[in-house]
Amino acid sequence: MGFKNYCFKKSLWVFHFGGASCNNCDIEILDCLTPRFDLERFGILLVGSIRHADVLLVNGIINHHDKDRLIEVYNQAPKPILVVAIGACGCTGGIFTDSYTFAGPVDKIIPVNAYVPGCPPKPEAIIAGIVKLAGG
Amino acid sequence: MAVNLFYFLVFPGLLFAAITGAFLSWFDRKITAMVQFRKGPPLLQPFYDFFKLLLVKETILPKQGSPLIFLLAPVFSAFGATMAGVFILLPLSNIATGFRGDLLVIFYLLTIPSFSYIIGALASANPLAAVGSSREMKLIISYEFTFLLFIAGIIMKCGQQFDLYSIIQAQQTSSPFIGSISGVLLFIVGIFCIQAKLALVPFDMPEAETEITEGIFIEYSGAAFALIKLTKYIMFFILPALLIALLMNGFRFNGFNILWAVLKLLAVVLALTLIRNTNPRIKIRQAIKFFALWMNLFAVIALVLIEFGY
Ligand code: SF4
Repeated sequence: MGFKNYCFKKSLWVFHFGGASCNNCDIEILDCLTPRFDLERFGILLVGSIRHADVLLVNGIINHHDKDRLIEVYNQAPKPILVVAIGACGCTGGIFTDSYTFAGPVDKIIPVNAYVPGCPPKPEAIIAGIVKLAGG
Repeated sequence: MAVNLFYFLVFPGLLFAAITGAFLSWFDRKITAMVQFRKGPPLLQPFYDFFKLLLVKETILPKQGSPLIFLLAPVFSAFGATMAGVFILLPLSNIATGFRGDLLVIFYLLTIPSFSYIIGALASANPLAAVGSSREMKLIISYEFTFLLFIAGIIMKCGQQFDLYSIIQAQQTSSPFIGSISGVLLFIVGIFCIQAKLALVPFDMPEAETEITEGIFIEYSGAAFALIKLTKYIMFFILPALLIALLMNGFRFNGFNILWAVLKLLAVVLALTLIRNTNPRIKIRQAIKFFALWMNLFAVIALVLIEFGY
């Protein structure tokens, strides 16, 4: 692992893209940043602008409205960018797979680097996913 | 010539100020984490952030607007901060520059980063960046006059000396200025001006990340944003250092005094961090009122007290 890569993995800044989720996943993501789980000890920060992001967290299903915006946000991100699909909805569509608004799981729209399944995934699972991302 | 370059690039300029500032910004984040009962980032976190932005990330240029000015603005801001750092830190490390009136030059150099941010943000043609830069402009207008009064107070206090070296010497031969009523008032005024200059939380409306998503920095990425981070690290060191030079008799680098210097620096940064952690972001109108009314009042009272010798 070179110096560049080491710095990158040690300072992952996260941008949160909430698709059409039921909001449980959003709350679990925010839980990770609270004192109990504290993702900042791995150097992870939540940033407001996609231009600063290293990780794009996507949760909830992507419906026809979200699809264009997700592609737009992904194209606006400075590369390299890691994409993480959070929750059953992000990974496969979950309970909304048969919905008429469903435009396909995240990995059909943009390339995904890690999946964190669960409905919603526990904060421990999200942390485990991110540590795997940072370690590998 | 060579020694000037050394001053600018290594000590006390770019390298020294940036490394110290990076550690101070880690200290700030660690204290913030401790205030919120978290563990906080590792010691080298600012360096990881900086090198990631500089070496790994792509720099995206705006399609509309002016890419050249967009890219030059961070360079100017880093340059201005480094120049101000050299002028502040040389007298602080007891190297006489022989430059009478450097306090006024420092005053102007310290505004260069803010102005470059405004120019860069406007060159990016992003509406949120425009909102951020208009707020930054109003913030500059509100705190700059107060900061001038603060400096005027210091100059009056040490008998019309305009250079930092004599001000520090005057304090080291008698007593630090903060040991008087007017000194305490000036300290309060100064620390709020620094808070606003660093855009820390009560005054972080230009880059409010939850509201206008980083405002003036919204379009910056990659190496350009790394330069902005560098500027922020340097400013995070030199502004507290300036306060220490003006009010708390500077640093002395011999024996036991080194520890004392470090403690003074950490105490000022701790005060800034605690203010930032115990306050909400205020509106720009409130910030203008805060400086134009209250801080100017404090500064004027301090000036009157100095006139009567308190
Ligand atoms: S995965 Fe479950 S919890 Fe998460 S958004 Fe979908 S339905 Fe809600």
